[in-house]
This record gives sequence, C-alpha cells and structure tokens, in this order.
Amino acid sequence: MTRETIFNLLLLGALLAVPLYARAVDEPYLVTLATRAAILALAGVGLNVALGQGGLVSLGHATFFGLGGYSMGVLASHAQGYTPLLTWPIELPGTTSMPIVWLVAVTVSGLAAWLIGALSLRTTGVYFIMITLAFGQMFYYFAISWPAYGGEDGLSIYVRNGFPGLNTLDPIQFFGIAFALLLLTLAFAALLARSPFGLALNAARQSRARVQTVGLSPYRLQLTAFVVSGMITGLAGALFADLNRFVSPTMFSWQTSGEILVFVILGGVARLCGPVAGAVLFVALEHLLGGIGDYWHIGLGVILLMVVLFARGGLIGLLAGRASVHD
Amino acid sequence: MTEPVLSTLGVCKRFGALQASRDISLELYRGEIHALIGPNGAGKSTLIQQIVGALAPDAGRVLFEGRDVTALDTSARARLGLARTFQVSALAMEDTVLQNVLLGAFAARGGRLGFFGAAVRRGEVRDAAEAALARVGLQDLARARTAELSHGQRRQLEVAVALTLQPRAFVMDEPMAGLGTSGSRTLTGFLDRLRDEAPILLVEHDMDAVFALADRISVLVDGRIIATGTVEEIRRDAGVRRAYLGETAGESGGEPA
Repeated sequence: MTRETIFNLLLLGALLAVPLYARAVDEPYLVTLATRAAILALAGVGLNVALGQGGLVSLGHATFFGLGGYSMGVLASHAQGYTPLLTWPIELPGTTSMPIVWLVAVTVSGLAAWLIGALSLRTTGVYFIMITLAFGQMFYYFAISWPAYGGEDGLSIYVRNGFPGLNTLDPIQFFGIAFALLLLTLAFAALLARSPFGLALNAARQSRARVQTVGLSPYRLQLTAFVVSGMITGLAGALFADLNRFVSPTMFSWQTSGEILVFVILGGVARLCGPVAGAVLFVALEHLLGGIGDYWHIGLGVILLMVVLFARGGLIGLLAGRASVHD
Repeated sequence: MTEPVLSTLGVCKRFGALQASRDISLELYRGEIHALIGPNGAGKSTLIQQIVGALAPDAGRVLFEGRDVTALDTSARARLGLARTFQVSALAMEDTVLQNVLLGAFAARGGRLGFFGAAVRRGEVRDAAEAALARVGLQDLARARTAELSHGQRRQLEVAVALTLQPRAFVMDEPMAGLGTSGSRTLTGFLDRLRDEAPILLVEHDMDAVFALADRISVLVDGRIIATGTVEEIRRDAGVRRAYLGETAGESGGEPA
C-alpha cells in the first residue's frame, strides 16, 4: 500500500468517525458539519475529473452545483405544494424521492455540461476559464430573475426527500447516504483514472499533439470528462440542497465555483482524495474560525497561499508525497 | 509506376511576407524511404505539418492512398494510417513508457475507450504495446517515467508509439537528432528494415543516415523543391551542391568524395 492510500483511508475513516462520535455524545451539529464536508468533497471530486485528469480549469462548476440544487428544489417544491411540475404533454408531479431527484439532477447537469463544454472547449487556457465563468454568471442571473422559484430569495423546502428503507430526517442516516455516494464516486474516479479513457485524457492534458497523432480527438476526450465532471458536481448540488432544505442563486455564484476550485487545490489537484482533504479542511476552518465573521476567509487565504507556494501537491502532496505513477 | 502512398500536389503556404511552401509536389511510394533535406528555414517543418494535417495549405492538395485528405485534421489522418514522429518529442512526459505505447495500442483498436478496467491490464493491447517497445529496444524501460528518458530514448519511444498504430506510411521529423553515433546506427538499421512494412518520409539532418537509407532524396530550399532523385543523382546535382551540400559539408560529414 502506498503512503497516499494509507492517508486516504485515514482521511475517509476520520470523516466517518466524527459523526459517529458526535452521535454518541449527542452533538447533531457536528454530524451536519461532517455531512456538509462529504457533500462539498463530492462536488470537488467532480471538478477534479475535469481539472486534475483533464487539466480543464473550470471557473463555472457552480453551474452544475446550482442545477443539481434547483433540480431538487423545483421537484420538491411541486411535491410539497401538490402542484404538477408539468401539465403538458403529460401531467408530471414533483417528487421527494431521492433516487429520482438524483437522476434528474445528474441528467440536467450532464446536459448543461455537454452544452457548455461543447462551446467552451473550443478555447483553452485563460479563455476557457473566462467562458466557463461567463456561463456560470448567466445561470446565476437567470436564477435571480426567475420568480416562479423564489428568484433572489431562493426556495425553502419544508420536507426532506426520502430514500427507500431509510429515515432521512435522522442526521446520521442522511450522512450515511452522502458518505456512501462519496465513496462510490471516489471508486468510480479511481477506476476512470486507470482506464484506457483516463490514460488518453491524461495524455491529452500533457500533450494535445500526442493524442492527435494516435488518431484521437482531445476535444472529444475533454468534452466527455467535462460532462462526467458536471454530473458528479450536479449530484453534490442536489444533496447540498437537501441538507440545507433551501436553494438560492448563491449556489450558482462564482464564489461557489471558486470554493469548489479551492477544495481541489487545497487538497491536491489530480489526487484521488484531494478534494476530500480540501473540503474537510475548508469546513473545519469555516467552523473554527467562523466566529470572527467573514474575516475567516483571510485565514483561508493565507493557508491557500501557503499550499500553492510550498506544497504543490496540496495537502495530500505534503503528507503523502509525490504522486506515484500508477500501473 | 504504381500509385504513390502519400503525395502532395502543388502545396503552397505563405506566412505574411514569407513564402514557406512554393508549389511543392512530392510522392512517397510503397517500400521506399524518401528523405527530405534542406538547410534550416527551408520550410521542411511547414511542409511536414501540412502533410500530417496540423496546418492547412493555402493551395494544393495532400493525397493519402489515393484519397484527398487536405480537409482532414491530424487525428483523422492518423486514423487512416499516417503515423508521425516529432522533432521535439510530444509524449505524455508524466506517464510511464508503457503507458505511452498503450495509448497508441488502444487508439489503434478504434471505437470507444473504456471507462473501466485498468489500461495496463494484461491482454492483447498490452501485448501489442510491449511488442512495439521491444522492437525499438525499450522493453527494459517500460516502467520508467517518460520524463526520465534521454532524448534519444524519447525518439525511440515515438517510433514505438507510431508502430502500435500499424500505419500505412510514416512521416518522421529528425528521428536521429540527439541519438549519438551508436544509437543512430541502431535506428538506421531499424528504419532500413521498416521500409518494407510501410514507406517512410524522412526529414533528417544526419547525412550519413540519409545517404545510407534513402531510396530517393528531395532537396528543399527556400520553400521550393530544387531536386528530387537517387542518392547518386543528388550528390552530382550542381544546384544542390551549391545551395545545400556545399555550405554544410563541413558539419554534415556527408560530403561526397
């Protein structure tokens, strides 16, 4: 076992142990914090597919996070109001079933990622960053100006979505759902990185000419990665909305995109559990330093600066050493 | 004469005031090594880029196996069987040597690349990749990181990746550069045998290699082909001696006696 694998297991073990301990000593707030960390980590794992493996610096991942969130919000608001979602061509009700909400969130964000990716992947570098940012802002202002679903005030949901066989109102059970999805997605990301597709995607990041020379299209590889990435972040958005029972245009804001980017960079770009380490640290700092108001971001900024300057592999790189060549 | 495998017809390319390719027509026939030589700045790289599809010509056509490929991009031409090696290595430097050849081996199978299953798992694809590595003599470095290879070894790896594509023609841009005497001798012997598998359009500065290998040589000066012929014809050509061989005879070591 490599040092990185041991570190990853310890990290995931700690993320699991904290809420279990919190439940034992009856601290439900800690459970919620751990759930928040797991969900934000999931959003980061999504971005890491595009950024770490594909080399695509997206400053628009809030789009998918927000679309996932609004998928949940819109479906649940119709369900709680007993109003149909659609009346034509067929009458469709809202739903509070998690699997259906997830499916919708993943589909909607995947479609959006396909559209946005198809346009923005025609550019590279700083232009790509700016275009993804522009798309994010478009969705942000659209959400603000769409009164049917709360506009600027957002949308409060009074029910928690249900999962067959589980009591999702129990914080530890909801944590379990988020944590299980995180583990499944991490397993998927690990498989992806080692697969023939991952091999080609990683090669396209290092040299576009290389993959073109063997007859592959970097554009198609990167578009596929971007769609997968958007789908995962969209799933995280749906869970995040469910956790807060509230969605607002903030989920679409560029600050949200920036935060997801921070999780990945803080934890370690292209490292499997990098986003987990980053999100856990982010949530911990937010909690510990949050008492001083918004100024806690200064502390975060200093840490981010240190990581970028002195630990290029992020936290994982610092604690577990250089990435191994996997074979 | 039979149909050429690869040919250009009246290719022209201009960058501002610089006419980099002037009405270039050349053919690569089955079983031959056709060397393209010329002084620095003659337009060799520009021509290569137009042949492989990295650059679109202003005028003229590129034909590959009887098909007009002028409008196709690099990936499409590679899928048709046009393999290229680079002057400055374009490899996935963070990956292992084996991963680089595996990329070619997977791409050569066509279709979709799987999301599951390790790329390095044993099977046909890995066998093909390892066979290509063995052919260029890099089998013992399969697990090394590509960035750790010497320049010469990177060249060999590029050739190995090209081999995995089972190409119909090779376009090689200075494969001997940085190889050293013994490495360049080994590669010369290898290319000599390779021509029966697929013809090679060879851009090379190493005149010993060119004279040893080439069935025909085209000399490019100022964006124009001033002569095409066998080694002997090119050695005797007064225009070539004046424009090219004469001025570089000292360093090339290939000056005819």
